[in-house]
Amino acid sequence: MWSLDELSAILASTLRLSAPLVFAAMGGLLSERSGVIHIALEGMMMVGGFVAAVSTLAWHQPYGGVVAAMIAGALFSLIYAALVIPFRANQIIAGTAMNFLAMGLVPFFSKILYGNTGSTPSIDLVDRLHWGVPVIAGVALVALLSGMLARTPLGLWIRFAGEHPEALASAGISVKRVRFFSVLGAGALASAGGAVLALSLASAYTRNMTGARGFMALAALIFGKWRAWPAFFACLLFGFSEALQNRLQGVALPWNPERTIPGQMIQMVPYLVTLVVLAGFIGRARAPRAIGSS
Amino acid sequence: MKVFRPLLALALGLGLGLGVAAIAGENPWHVFLVLVKGAFGSRYDLGMTLFYMTPLLFTGLSVALTYRAGLFNIGSEGQLTMGALAAAAVGIAFPNVPVGWSWLLAVVASAAAGGGWAGIAGWLKAKRGSHEVISTIMLNFIAASLASYVTLEVLKNPESQSPESLPIGTSYLLPKIPGLEESPVSLALVVAVAVALLLGWILARTRFGFELKIVGQSESAARVAGIDVGRMQILAMILSGMLASGVSLGEILGSAHRFKLGFSPEYGFMGIAVALLARGNPIATIGSAFLFAALHKGTADLDIETENVTRDLALVIQALVIAAVSAEGLWDRIFSPRRKGQAQTVVDTKQGGATGVVSG
Amino acid sequence: MNAIELLRISKSFGSGDSQVIANADVSIVARVGSIHAIVGENGAGKSTAMKVLFGMQTPDAGEIRVRGKVHTWRNPTEAMGAGIGMVHQHFMLSGPDTVLENVVLGCEGVRSWKPIDFARAREKLLDLAARYSMPVDPDARIEDLPVGIQQRVEILKLLYRDARVLILDEPTAVLTPQEIESFFANLRRLRDEGRTILIITHKLKEVLALSDEVTVLRQGRSVGTIVTEKASAELLAEWMVGRKVVLEVESGKAPTLGPVRFRADRLRLDSGRSKLKDVSFQVRGGEIVGIAGVEGNGQSEILRAILSPSLPSVLESGQVEILGQDVTRWSSSRIRSMRVGIIPEDRHRDAMVLSESVESNLLLGLQRHPRFVREIPFFGGWIRHRALRSALERAWQEYDLRPRRAGIAGRGLSGGNQQKLVIAREFEHDPEFLVAAHPTRGVDVGAIEWIHRKLLSARDAGAGILLVSSELDEILALSDRILVVFDGAVVGEYSRGGVTLQELGLAMSGGGSLRA
Repeated sequence: MWSLDELSAILASTLRLSAPLVFAAMGGLLSERSGVIHIALEGMMMVGGFVAAVSTLAWHQPYGGVVAAMIAGALFSLIYAALVIPFRANQIIAGTAMNFLAMGLVPFFSKILYGNTGSTPSIDLVDRLHWGVPVIAGVALVALLSGMLARTPLGLWIRFAGEHPEALASAGISVKRVRFFSVLGAGALASAGGAVLALSLASAYTRNMTGARGFMALAALIFGKWRAWPAFFACLLFGFSEALQNRLQGVALPWNPERTIPGQMIQMVPYLVTLVVLAGFIGRARAPRAIGSS
Repeated sequence: MKVFRPLLALALGLGLGLGVAAIAGENPWHVFLVLVKGAFGSRYDLGMTLFYMTPLLFTGLSVALTYRAGLFNIGSEGQLTMGALAAAAVGIAFPNVPVGWSWLLAVVASAAAGGGWAGIAGWLKAKRGSHEVISTIMLNFIAASLASYVTLEVLKNPESQSPESLPIGTSYLLPKIPGLEESPVSLALVVAVAVALLLGWILARTRFGFELKIVGQSESAARVAGIDVGRMQILAMILSGMLASGVSLGEILGSAHRFKLGFSPEYGFMGIAVALLARGNPIATIGSAFLFAALHKGTADLDIETENVTRDLALVIQALVIAAVSAEGLWDRIFSPRRKGQAQTVVDTKQGGATGVVSG
Repeated sequence: MNAIELLRISKSFGSGDSQVIANADVSIVARVGSIHAIVGENGAGKSTAMKVLFGMQTPDAGEIRVRGKVHTWRNPTEAMGAGIGMVHQHFMLSGPDTVLENVVLGCEGVRSWKPIDFARAREKLLDLAARYSMPVDPDARIEDLPVGIQQRVEILKLLYRDARVLILDEPTAVLTPQEIESFFANLRRLRDEGRTILIITHKLKEVLALSDEVTVLRQGRSVGTIVTEKASAELLAEWMVGRKVVLEVESGKAPTLGPVRFRADRLRLDSGRSKLKDVSFQVRGGEIVGIAGVEGNGQSEILRAILSPSLPSVLESGQVEILGQDVTRWSSSRIRSMRVGIIPEDRHRDAMVLSESVESNLLLGLQRHPRFVREIPFFGGWIRHRALRSALERAWQEYDLRPRRAGIAGRGLSGGNQQKLVIAREFEHDPEFLVAAHPTRGVDVGAIEWIHRKLLSARDAGAGILLVSSELDEILALSDRILVVFDGAVVGEYSRGGVTLQELGLAMSGGGSLRA
């Protein structure tokens, strides 16, 4: 039903659209494997996207923009880490607060900087990221993280912090430090995902452009049973659903060639896919045992 | 001491939020005065605050109920959208229903739609293990798309430039509150307060309330006590959705008299802050809804009254209040700094056992 | 020379009204190359003292010396650096990870981002395993191993770090009598190598069989230290409790048997490690049927099948009959409304909601009982707070439940009082069939005696009781009939007096398939 050209176009846009999800999901992986639920990936992506756009507009350095986004994400995560690690806040509630904070702070700063609540001016074409870069970097990140978790002491500590923090503590390693590291890393990675969104998929940061991608990344993580490669493939699935969404625009209804499929119905596709995927065709996943505990 | 924590958290959140305003070069005290004046400055302002209080009380109760059951329903936004859509739809489809019956019809349709929508997330949680936070977020987006489709394609008002539905029948309109006629606040507020009181009584005195609380505290103990945990979770979500759909009373029947796309400035999300500040207690939710309504009304004036600060500051303050309420450890450190010495053994010698001594 | 000296250690938790003193002037001195037992009741401060020694708790006052040198440490790493290692009662092992990963944790030997040399670690582990004849598979996942082997991994973890002082917290709770024998042999061997072993236990027989010296703690204070050869069970018990105690309750003569109260017929389940293999037995009125076995051999599965037989994840086939009714398809709420009492195996997880008040906890499971809830059609139930209050007052009187505050949260009660609350509640059902799972776990000696009497008097009044316990002494003292479970099957049945501890232990390890 599709030609080869169309298929490769869909494949390319699947990869392109998956990249922000991959970064966010890997951030979620880091945090959740260490035992900290991360509902705030969405907010981290907002901060990352905004900071990346601002920095790129100012200095015309897209890579610098990504780095700035990661630093901002890590700093923003410091608040979350402080809330849930030493102050033992309920992680879901604190995560929601972080999302609100991002939703409020981004328009607040964009008003100061650009006199407009929520969106940045457009970034010049030459200053954008080529879409291939985040795709390749995303794959490299997955490989790196899965190797790190499996083979290095740090990976072992992160896994134990999520699975049996008492064992980690009795082996003489600070659970709090491991979790701080993981939460900050998660913020940096999710923000990088937001930066990819603003610098490569779009040409500016626009209000609420993340469109629940942070939550989709979380769903991908759960669907991938908290493992790097399976989560990566789940991100591809969501990327595909987004590609399909773009593809369906303007397509005629099968039973009535006069009319096209309503845009609102097409908009639902990624969210419906997430809902269905989360309901799980392949059994329930087992979360890290100590997740959510403080 | 625990009673004062939410109030202190509110003060802390508000203080930090005003501090953020200072970053934008505004005088925090000035911003605070704008907030107070905007919320209570005139009879009309107060009426607007009470108008906003109505939906916030409903969404606050919606979140509070699931909070009791150990669930975190952040889908009130989608549920109230579906509820309002249904209320508008019956109001348009059956415009000539007599007064009284019209209200009943609208409430039933609205509650069924909102409750059913939330029930999807409840079912997914109980039967498929889907985390309710993610599924309700997705359902919010789906509801927004559905509402847009129905409003623009099915119930479209051809005479209007803005994206809104046809008006509902006049028999559906709710009376205004005497003395506040010039503002849009309606009798829906009285209904909302009555619902809060009723819910408070139900949670405190009935088996349903007891079982809900146990499920929220310990699923395993609930199971052993013969409570069907999955059923309670689904029920809690459905009731929560029904409460959220109460928003349509004030917004559709009480003021707009039609479904306007984007009528809700995220009442669903604000409900989270309302419920958390009230720590899930329905009676306290009344006060909490009033405070957040005042914040919402007050910050709306920031757009005009200040140079750089906009109504988005409300989100920042809400976020900071939620964060401050949730930071258990912070309050523990403030209220019970470690004391040493002053030994006092809690040992009951007669029993031959050690009562209250930390396990050996 | 002394390996360890804990001198006048004090430690308290909390402050104000809720302040609890765990240790007050505790002193423990252990010689190099000795096995030193530390005994005391629940709450006597044994674990706290050991956590102080291991650097997990900082003492408020007192001194720690290792080989004569004074140390103060802030965390376990520093204690481990001085050659101290600890095996906790709840193992510090992560289920989905391998033996090797669990052993290596914390001493990987490389910078935190460099690959771990697993090949070398494996060699070292296998070497140790061979030297101390404690074979393990380095690549097995912990959750797939029986608890006995898991404990072996814990010991190997300490030897991997070359710990000179080994602290063992209640190590024998998970072992059969035969396993205990070989475990003790291993410990003696480690001692003869010059290592020092501190063993926390409440089983006096084991203290007498194994240790060189004993220190007794009571109510957070050290009562004294004695050379084991000069001690006796009676003396140690008296030191522990502060008065003479009856170690075993006379069970009395069993009354005549009543009708069948409970029947399990060919219960089957096969899902991962949860197994039931054609389990059939019955409990009649006026008898206590004890289920003995190493934990994890089907006891929890049987308990779940009694409570919620209709769930497919609990029971694949078979029939459950309670008080003459086939309840196999019943919901647990319907079963809970019968005259059935259930004392669940995990008090904190299943029997109580620790954050809720004593009053709420009393209502737990009684929320459909007409005495406590008035049914209103189309509405549900209205809680009768007055009836609840008087039931609570009765529990204060008859069960000596303390403290007498209705609003106090469940976690504010001692283990013994929590269990009393659970028992008081379950007896509100006036049970004809009672399930008592580990009824005295984490309960002080005084309350144990009281709980045993309560169970026996319920039996004498005609109730059928199913007792599940990992304490063989408890099983032997109370049961009129004993069933032994192994790997999900009933592998032995004995009547009162018809079996010795050794025979029971053999059956528990799957050794003797006798059906008397």
